[in-house]
Formats: sequence, structure tokens, C-alpha cells
Amino acid sequence: MATGAEQSGGGFPVDPLHQFVVQPLIPLNIGGLDASFTNASFWMVVTVVAVAAFTMLGMGKGSMVPGRMQSVVESFYTFIANMVRDNAGQDAMRFFPFIFSLFAFIFFANMIGMFPYAFTVTSHIVVTFVLAGTVFVGVTLTGFILHGAKFLKVFVPSGVPVALLPLVVAIEIISYFSRPISHSVRLFANMLAGHIMLKVFAGFVLTFMTMGVVGWAGMILPLFMIVCLTALEFLVAALQAYVFTILTCMYLHDALHPGH
Amino acid sequence: MIAEAMAQEPGSELIAETHVPDAEHAGGFPPFDATTFESQIVWLVLSFLALYFLMSRVALPRIATVLEERRDRIADDLDQAAQFKRQTDEAIEAYEKALAEARAKAHEIAQETRDRLHEETERQRQAIEARLAEKISEAEKQIAATKDAALSNVRSVAVDVADTIVTQLLGEADPAAAERAVDTELK
Repeated sequence: MATGAEQSGGGFPVDPLHQFVVQPLIPLNIGGLDASFTNASFWMVVTVVAVAAFTMLGMGKGSMVPGRMQSVVESFYTFIANMVRDNAGQDAMRFFPFIFSLFAFIFFANMIGMFPYAFTVTSHIVVTFVLAGTVFVGVTLTGFILHGAKFLKVFVPSGVPVALLPLVVAIEIISYFSRPISHSVRLFANMLAGHIMLKVFAGFVLTFMTMGVVGWAGMILPLFMIVCLTALEFLVAALQAYVFTILTCMYLHDALHPGH
Repeated sequence: MIAEAMAQEPGSELIAETHVPDAEHAGGFPPFDATTFESQIVWLVLSFLALYFLMSRVALPRIATVLEERRDRIADDLDQAAQFKRQTDEAIEAYEKALAEARAKAHEIAQETRDRLHEETERQRQAIEARLAEKISEAEKQIAATKDAALSNVRSVAVDVADTIVTQLLGEADPAAAERAVDTELK
């Protein structure tokens, strides 16, 4: 890489976007549908396998007095169960398997993305948008199925003066329909930006390395930055999974109790 | 990070050829490369559905069962502990009641005994006193009788003496006169 950059005459030694490139590993086309098994697909499967292994093997025999691994799995479970109960209410617990899968998928995908060479599934807008869109459609359908036309009350906040009502309702409708966009872009942009930043600082290190002894001293600062950013990225990875899930719970709360 | 840079090797040839880092991404910015959307959606849906079914059918019910069993067990144990505590409290109460009863009974018995002994002593004392009083009065009577007897002896002796003296002096006796004279003197 570095040699290539040198040949290109002072270009950036590391392409920070290369890590996001989707490359087909096994091209597949089923009935006109592009189902190629790509590196993205591979890491999605890895994520699912990791979650399954964690929740199934981690539970061990399911003993009355849990061991270390079982405690971790149980804490993971109770953490999400409490999140759903506190933010969406007890009646939202029937959606718990979905919300658990959502959190586990995003959390593990983000964490796996922190490994060198790994591909970050959630750094693609299409992935986060499909997840957020599923939540949006699911929540809207749930609202209409449970409450019928009364679900439209979600657009009419109580206690607003009649004169302001048209404006407020318009704003509510716009904000409702922009939910899937903000929901998906938040996760996507965080993951993307963090990984780009790591690569950019890595590039600085490589650039300094080619500058001899002076450069060796100069690369300490970006190297230190990478270490700090890596810690920050782990935080962001966990936090964004949490934010995505808790927003899902809040949207679900609106669908279950539209009267505010 | 050097390792990561090495990971870019396959792409580096392309970059070396074109001298433009982004040239290999047709759409420029990989996440917005629409040609990859279809396969990503397909595989996301497949993997997420697989995950959902694994979680909802296998993993989560199992964890829930374990947690529930543990909660039930803890609740049972707490119930049992509460029951044992109640039993202990009852036993303590019964013991204290028995103790108080015993104490009261002991007190009662002691009082009774004390009363009985007191009464008996009193009765014996009275009996002895009565007997003593009887003896005293008897003795007094005897003393009075002895005194009377002695006094009456004194009279007859006095009469005899007077009679004898009179006889000696006068040569003749008059017992009746002597008796009269003695009685007069004794008064």
C-alpha cells in the first residue's frame, strides 16, 4: 500500500474508504435477484453465528447458579428486557424477541467491525435503513392494527391550542416520517465516521514512517490518537447499538399508547 | 494499523495502476454504491430472519426458563424462610407463655404453703395456749383448795389449842365457846 502511494507521488498511503468496499466472494443470481455472497454477507453470517453462539453456548447447561459466561448472557438478556419494559411498557414484551435480535445484531456487528480486517456491516446505509425501515413499518402497522384510526392521535399532541393545531400536526407528520431516516443515518454515520477516522490516523502514521528518523518521532502523536480513538470507537459501537434499540422501544411505545 | 494497511493489498494494485485511490469504487463512495444494495438487502434479510428465529424459538425461551426457575426458587426459599421464622416466633411465644404460667404457679404454690404453715403454726400455738391456760386455772383452783384446806385446819387447830388452854386453865371445857372465840379472832 505504502509503496503504491509513493509511486503515485505523495498520495495518501491508506485509502480510508477501502474498508467499506463490498466485494463479491461468490457471485450468485437467483431469478434476476443479485444474491451474491459478498464480504458484507460473510460478516453478517459471522455476526449471526456469534450471537447464536453467545446466547446458546454461553448459557451452558442453564444451571441454577450461573457461571461467568452464563451471568454475562443473563445480564445481556435482562438488560434488554428491562429496556423494553421501561421504555415501551409491559405489553411491548411480545416484541421482545425482535428487539433482542435487533440489539444483538447491531451490537455484535459493531463490535466485530472493530477487529482489524473485519468488515463493519452497519457502516452501510442500506443495512441500517432496512433495519430502521423494518422498525418503522412494523411500528406503524402495530399502531393501526391495535388502535385503528385512533392511532392517528399520535400526530395530535394533547393540550395544543386549536389555532396552532394545523402547524403542529404538520410538524408531527414530518417528524414521524423522518424517523426512519434519522434512525438509520445516526447508526450508519457514526460507524462510518469512526472507522474512517481510524484509517486516516493510521495513514498519518504510515506517512511519518516513510520520513526517516524525524518521522519516527512524529508518528507518536497520531499513534496515540489511534489508541484513544479505538477506545472511543468501542464506546460508540456499544452506544449506537443501545441508541438504535432504545429509539425502537420509544417508537413502539408510541404505537402501543398513541394518546401520549 | 500496519497490519490493516497490509489488508489493503488487493486494492493497492488497482490504486498503483490508476494513481487515483477512489477509482476502484465505481460509485465513488462505497456505502452509496447502489450496485451492492440488492445483495446486501438479500443477505441482511436472510441473516436477520435466521437470527430472529434462532433467538425467538431457541435461545430466548431457554434463558427465560432459567431466569424464571431461579426466581421461583428464590421466592420459594424466601417463603419457606418466612414460614420457619413464623414457626420460631410461635415456639418462642409458647415457651414464654409456659414460662410465665410456671412462674405464676410456683408463686401460687409458695404462697399457699406459706399460708398453710402459718395457719398450722397459729393453730398449734392456740392449742398450746389453751392447754396452758387450762393447766394454770387448774393449778389456781388447787392452790385455792389447798389454801382453804389450810385455813380450815388452822381454825380447828386454833379451836383445839384454845379448848386445851381453857381446859388447862379452868379445868373445864366449853368447845362451843372456844369455836366462837376462834371464829371471832379469825375474822
